[in-house]
Amino acid sequence: MKIVNIRRISQVFFFTLFVGFCIVSTIGQEFWQIRNWPVNWFLYLDPLISLGTALTTHTLYWPLLWSLAVVILTIILGRFFCGWMCPFGALHQFVGFVGNRKKSTAQKIQLNKYRKAQCIKYIILILLLAMAAFPSIGTTLLTGILDPIPLVTRSFNIAILSIFDRSVDVTSVTPRFYEGAWLMGVVFIAAILLNLVIPRFYCRFLCPLGALFGILSRFSIWRIGKVQDKCRECKLCEKACEGGCHPSGNIRISECVLCFNCREDCKDELMAYQTSQSKAGEITNPDISRRGFVLSFAGGVFATPAIRLGNLLGANWKHQQIRPPGALAEDEFLNRCLKCGQCMRICPTNIIQPDGIQNGIEKLWTPVLNYRIGSSGCQYNCVACGQICPTSAIRPITLDEKHGTGEFSSSGPIKMGTAFFDRNRCLPWSMDRPCIVCEENCPLSPKAIYTIETFNTIRDGQLVVNESDYHIIYIEQTLEPGKFASGDYYASYNGKRIKITANAANSIELSEEIEIEQAPAAGSIIEIQVRLQRPYVDIEKCIGCGICEHECPVSGLKAIRVSAVGETRSSDRAFVLGG
Amino acid sequence: MKNQSNINPGRREFLVRAGKAGVSIAAAGLGAGLLYDKDGPRGGVDTDSLVTLPDFSTAPVDGQTISIVQGSDRKTTVNKAIELLGGIDRFVGKGQTIVIKPNIAFASSPMLGATTNPELIGEVVRVCYNAGAKKVIVMDNPINDPASCFLLSGIGKAATQARAEVIMPKEHLFRNTTLAGGTLIKDWPMLFEPLIKADKLIGISPVKDHARAAASMSMKNWYGLLGGRRNIFHQDINKIIAELAMLVKPTLVILDGTEVMMTNGPTGGSTSDLKRTNTMIASTNCVAADSFGCTLLGLTPSKLPYLSIAQEAGVGTTDYESLKPKIATIE
Repeated sequence: MKIVNIRRISQVFFFTLFVGFCIVSTIGQEFWQIRNWPVNWFLYLDPLISLGTALTTHTLYWPLLWSLAVVILTIILGRFFCGWMCPFGALHQFVGFVGNRKKSTAQKIQLNKYRKAQCIKYIILILLLAMAAFPSIGTTLLTGILDPIPLVTRSFNIAILSIFDRSVDVTSVTPRFYEGAWLMGVVFIAAILLNLVIPRFYCRFLCPLGALFGILSRFSIWRIGKVQDKCRECKLCEKACEGGCHPSGNIRISECVLCFNCREDCKDELMAYQTSQSKAGEITNPDISRRGFVLSFAGGVFATPAIRLGNLLGANWKHQQIRPPGALAEDEFLNRCLKCGQCMRICPTNIIQPDGIQNGIEKLWTPVLNYRIGSSGCQYNCVACGQICPTSAIRPITLDEKHGTGEFSSSGPIKMGTAFFDRNRCLPWSMDRPCIVCEENCPLSPKAIYTIETFNTIRDGQLVVNESDYHIIYIEQTLEPGKFASGDYYASYNGKRIKITANAANSIELSEEIEIEQAPAAGSIIEIQVRLQRPYVDIEKCIGCGICEHECPVSGLKAIRVSAVGETRSSDRAFVLGG
Repeated sequence: MKNQSNINPGRREFLVRAGKAGVSIAAAGLGAGLLYDKDGPRGGVDTDSLVTLPDFSTAPVDGQTISIVQGSDRKTTVNKAIELLGGIDRFVGKGQTIVIKPNIAFASSPMLGATTNPELIGEVVRVCYNAGAKKVIVMDNPINDPASCFLLSGIGKAATQARAEVIMPKEHLFRNTTLAGGTLIKDWPMLFEPLIKADKLIGISPVKDHARAAASMSMKNWYGLLGGRRNIFHQDINKIIAELAMLVKPTLVILDGTEVMMTNGPTGGSTSDLKRTNTMIASTNCVAADSFGCTLLGLTPSKLPYLSIAQEAGVGTTDYESLKPKIATIE
């Protein structure tokens, strides 16, 4: 079999595997839903993730050791990952092929020539790594914004699969929604459409992972090259060159993605994958000048403090930004989060949402909880997000740790925030309406929401008695029949309070449970009162799961809302003494 | 460029173009005429699309309306309770489609008693199949995340193992309905699509404390058929429970009082909220079942306004003693 066909099979296989991993990352009892499948495998293979997190945390989180295999193979073979495994690269190659297939050979050769601008990806890589490297001025991990594996993972998880979740009604019970998914979609579609301008545009000009592989492939033992210098100079070898690496002349090893198209297209079989260097000469170093290197490095060094001028890690932190349970303290979290969207996809309630651009580039697409959008709040017996997080930005906590039980009983439960009542909007607090849906749904035992019973005289609730017949009181005013028959209304007179069981237009009927010794006299006043259970939050118990906020019937702006204050991941977020 | 001196092709071309223009104008006019709407959008309810639920109720047999079985093993007690009402054949016919509506409101473990016991569901599914049912469906619209609820409550697995079809509350399964004579259920979405095609409906629910309604039992279980922003009904909890009992006419309800939730309801969350009362209730009438069921929580029917409202509406009687309950004890 031709080697290009083996490469195509490999690309289709890994792309399908990748999409399959995205699809199965949902919780449920269907046979295809997540078990112990290695759905993070592509992320683990990505050495830019290991390098980035190693710079920010000075550790290599254990599953990321997978990437060492890719590093070793790249050092030996060259950029095989780009041409043979990368799901994003496969997509680019396919779209580039389809979009440009009608062009003439001369046009194709022109499209696939080497361009000086291909050095931009090295500038991006150096900038992003410099931002991650210096603890003394603050480190942050922004590689995930452009790193193709997190990018394509999040694009499929959030922007693409959710469209199918909505329409095919198979992959999810409830439709998946993501606020700001459109922006991810736009970035993804733009990256794909750029292939119509130049094939593998993203790979050649932007991809920081490709740049890293380019640097690693300097010393590759095998490499593409010409077996003799002289040839007829037809340039057919550049007709379908995926890397734009100039195989006809001084081949740029750092740009070659091992597509083998040059070997396929050379009529004289002058291209080979060999241990010796190309007879036409080769350039192993990335095409970036010393000045370019220094400028991008310096830019990166200053970029981290520059993007933090909003003081969002300090006093100006955003209380609406609630992180998933088990998330590390904010600075450590930002040192690890890839914005890959795995937590957002696995979250059964769909409440883990990508943060928007409004909180700055550093928080863009990081996971935040939105208790209004999904099917419930953070489920009390769920720790899926921490189990899937590939870099442990959200730690793989156990239920015991989340609940503060068992060996964690001394440390107490993990709190994501605290619920606050908005008494201006709460029905029992401001509108004399019974409700307490929040209390009912609080998953804790004992509940973090408790109620205190009060009886309020309703508007125009003073009624003049015409006559009374033990349990039936005839009154002067006209009432809406049945309005007070719901079991929540009471008649109060002579210091007594008796439940109303029914009412007609001019009479009310009282419960026979209580012996009525003395019926109200004609001409006296009785008051109609509503029994209210007014809810309160016990700040020592509330974990900020947001089920109350999700269930609150006052939609739009809920009458109980969770704020991140009081979250346990960082001691400076505490606000209650001893809490 | 056409030959300007030759007039004939120009004329022909003009006529062809004029013909095409005429057809285009006619098509635009026809489209406008077909879609013409003099009145504009009307407000209010489109009553044509509303559905009414079939009446699943069982023909009454004197002395076989409610059975109460004492015992700790749910499988044994539920079989005995059904047997005392005349046996499963009274409720399930050959080739019928049976919908079982458990309470799967919360994503919590079965041992916390906040949801219907999965073994009980599995047993009733098997009993229905043994009686010749063609298909048994288990469905609910939980409060917490549906997939998590079916998974963690163990009901999804128990139902599937007993070969029941599990139906999740997907959007397209909801149909709007209005309760004739009701005040709250008006043009409201309910999980009705599977019920419209079903022959029988069996409700199976636990006995639980409930802060707002005092107790959640078989009548409150129908709350799980409501869709939409159903939480607004808590403002008039007694009436909505009574209206649901008026709307839904089940074949049979099974009220599981083997272990009841005494405190912190309806979510519970701790085994210390539970109390063993070792009682299984089966009834063709939910008012009767709940009137007895609430006594397990130390309540009387008069403490539950929804029972008297439902009784008033003719759904059933709170005086369960008058129905001559069949009583048995299993050692």
